[in-house]
Amino acid sequence: MAAVRTSSEVALNRIAIVAVLVATLIFLAPIYWIASTAFKPKELAVSVPPTVLFEPEVTPFIRLFTKRVQMQKTVDPQVYEAAPWWEKRIYDGGERVLKVGKDVQLSQYPDRFMNSLIVAIVSTVLAVGMGTFTAYGFSRFKIAGEADLLFFILSTRMLPPVVVAIPMFLMYRMVGLNDSHIGLIILYIAFNLSFSVWLMKGFMDEIPKEYEEAALVDGYTRMQAFFRIVLPEAATGIAATAVFCFITAWNEYAFALIMTNRRAQTAPPFIPSQIGSGLPDWTTIAAGTFLFLLPVAIFTFLLRNHLLRGVTFGAIRK
Amino acid sequence: MTQIELRGIEKFFGAVQVIHDLNLAIADNEFIVLLGQSGCGKTTTLRAIAGLETIDQGDILIDGKAVQHLKAADRDIAMVFQSFSLYPHMTVFENIAFPLRATRMSRGEVDRSVHEIARVLRITDLLDKRPSALSGGDMQRVAIGRALVRRPKAMLMDEPIGALDAKLREEMRAEIKRLHIKQGSTTIYVTHDQIEAMSLADRIVIMHEGFIQQVGTPDDVYSHPANLFVAQFVGSPVMNIAEAGVADDAGTATVTVGGAPKGFEFPRDLLAKLNGHAANGGLTLGIRPEGVLVRHDAAPGYIPVEAQIIEPLGSFDIVDLKVGSKMLRARTKAGYVSGPGEKVHVRLDPEQAHFFDTASGKSLGVRL
Repeated sequence: MAAVRTSSEVALNRIAIVAVLVATLIFLAPIYWIASTAFKPKELAVSVPPTVLFEPEVTPFIRLFTKRVQMQKTVDPQVYEAAPWWEKRIYDGGERVLKVGKDVQLSQYPDRFMNSLIVAIVSTVLAVGMGTFTAYGFSRFKIAGEADLLFFILSTRMLPPVVVAIPMFLMYRMVGLNDSHIGLIILYIAFNLSFSVWLMKGFMDEIPKEYEEAALVDGYTRMQAFFRIVLPEAATGIAATAVFCFITAWNEYAFALIMTNRRAQTAPPFIPSQIGSGLPDWTTIAAGTFLFLLPVAIFTFLLRNHLLRGVTFGAIRK
Repeated sequence: MTQIELRGIEKFFGAVQVIHDLNLAIADNEFIVLLGQSGCGKTTTLRAIAGLETIDQGDILIDGKAVQHLKAADRDIAMVFQSFSLYPHMTVFENIAFPLRATRMSRGEVDRSVHEIARVLRITDLLDKRPSALSGGDMQRVAIGRALVRRPKAMLMDEPIGALDAKLREEMRAEIKRLHIKQGSTTIYVTHDQIEAMSLADRIVIMHEGFIQQVGTPDDVYSHPANLFVAQFVGSPVMNIAEAGVADDAGTATVTVGGAPKGFEFPRDLLAKLNGHAANGGLTLGIRPEGVLVRHDAAPGYIPVEAQIIEPLGSFDIVDLKVGSKMLRARTKAGYVSGPGEKVHVRLDPEQAHFFDTASGKSLGVRL
């Protein structure tokens, strides 16, 4: 049946579209700013008014990944001619790439980026896994003091984490967890677990328990029923929870700054530390930030179907 | 060959007792319907047999073996849920194959079994679909297929067609009956719908507030209700219930209802069969509307009354007749009584009358 629309409905619809467009532009503006700065020549990064049209270049990314020093004098033209294209970009900026023998020395950025990946992925998998099991228990079984326990779990999120940063730092140093991947992973699991339990409990409650009962009667143990029936049904919830946990762990700054300095340092505290002395190199920082945005964007993009799809889709009658 | 026996089952939810000393023996191949209102304990009983609910007292015997401590998976019983509970992430084929995957059956055998049951249920062309693409009736066919596919010792069905619309319900009712005749397995079926119970059951178990009220064939519970609850629960339109007085009136027994000046004539045997019960005053008469006979002109044994309300129900009418202070509902041919206020004559068919003890509600077992 074709929907009949009145003119006021059409007008309202147009207003809504405009509002959504405006909101989208506002949200995308910082991302555009970072992305455009990441591809700008150094001198355009701080130009006033901002340059909108420019010839994009990848020099900031080359600088991001290499160790460089300022040169006192200009480069020998012969050396310049022999250098590969990316090294010329560095010479153009009045710097040279540090080498050990013939090998180019990489900056710390790849290591820090890898640290971020390790910490965020491991802590997300564990937090979501533990949250899923805990939520299943709360959702399906009678537990003495269930409401109190759930409140207690939530209460771990009631104070700003930074409040406990100093005592945590002292304790971590005492047991040797500071500047370690494990230490950060434990911290991020602690952050995310309450969130994961509560979110997953909502999704678990939505899954009719008849599914498991049918499986139990059909000859499966509760564990088998959990893995073969409940988990696939909870995929949507698990995906949503994982995205939130991953974003939290990936973006966390304060604890990463306090607890790590070398070995296990993640990208968020590392990127601003590159501002260094003298004139800040905004394009290199923007390049680092831009790359840092990509994993979350890809992760969310891959899970978008799960995030959008309803929890159950009509195979059960209520 | 599966017999199920329930012995002295008691079940509490917290402090509330939901099943009281329940005893029931179910024969091989029998189709048993547990009938009752919601909250009467019928579903809890079914779930206890399935192993989804523990019991606090008593034994559940399957083929003579106590199973109350066994897990659901080890009882070899299949169950169909009201909500169908088809797994949305699996195709129809996988849904039906699911119970077989728990066994060591080979792939080829699973394939053959699923196709065989699909053919019986006429759902072969649906095997590749997802449950969400099915109609309600097909969903239930698949759910039944999933239950039947591994040839369980017994089938439990919890309001399996309660969620369907009326027309489909009638269709599926016939289908379940056809399947039972064809496949033949001990079946326990829970419903609150007496028509389903009547049409499907070999024996009906009527439950109320955790107690079995009566166990009997559909004809039994309809024609010889054991107590007032069963009398009013089974049958539509509902049986007339009225406190009655009985008097010995020159060779016949007279039953008066609602303090009416004239009583209804009954055979004299009634007095003997009531065995003095009437003298206590605690006598209740029950008679179905079809046992209230109406005619326009006077006749011996008929007393004059006035029609109050007429409900046309298509093939017949239900006429409310004022007898003393009481209303008796009679079933008449459509349009037989033209309108409210019309004077008609009425008699009660003694063969269809039931007598109950008012205090206990129990039937006095009088058959005339």
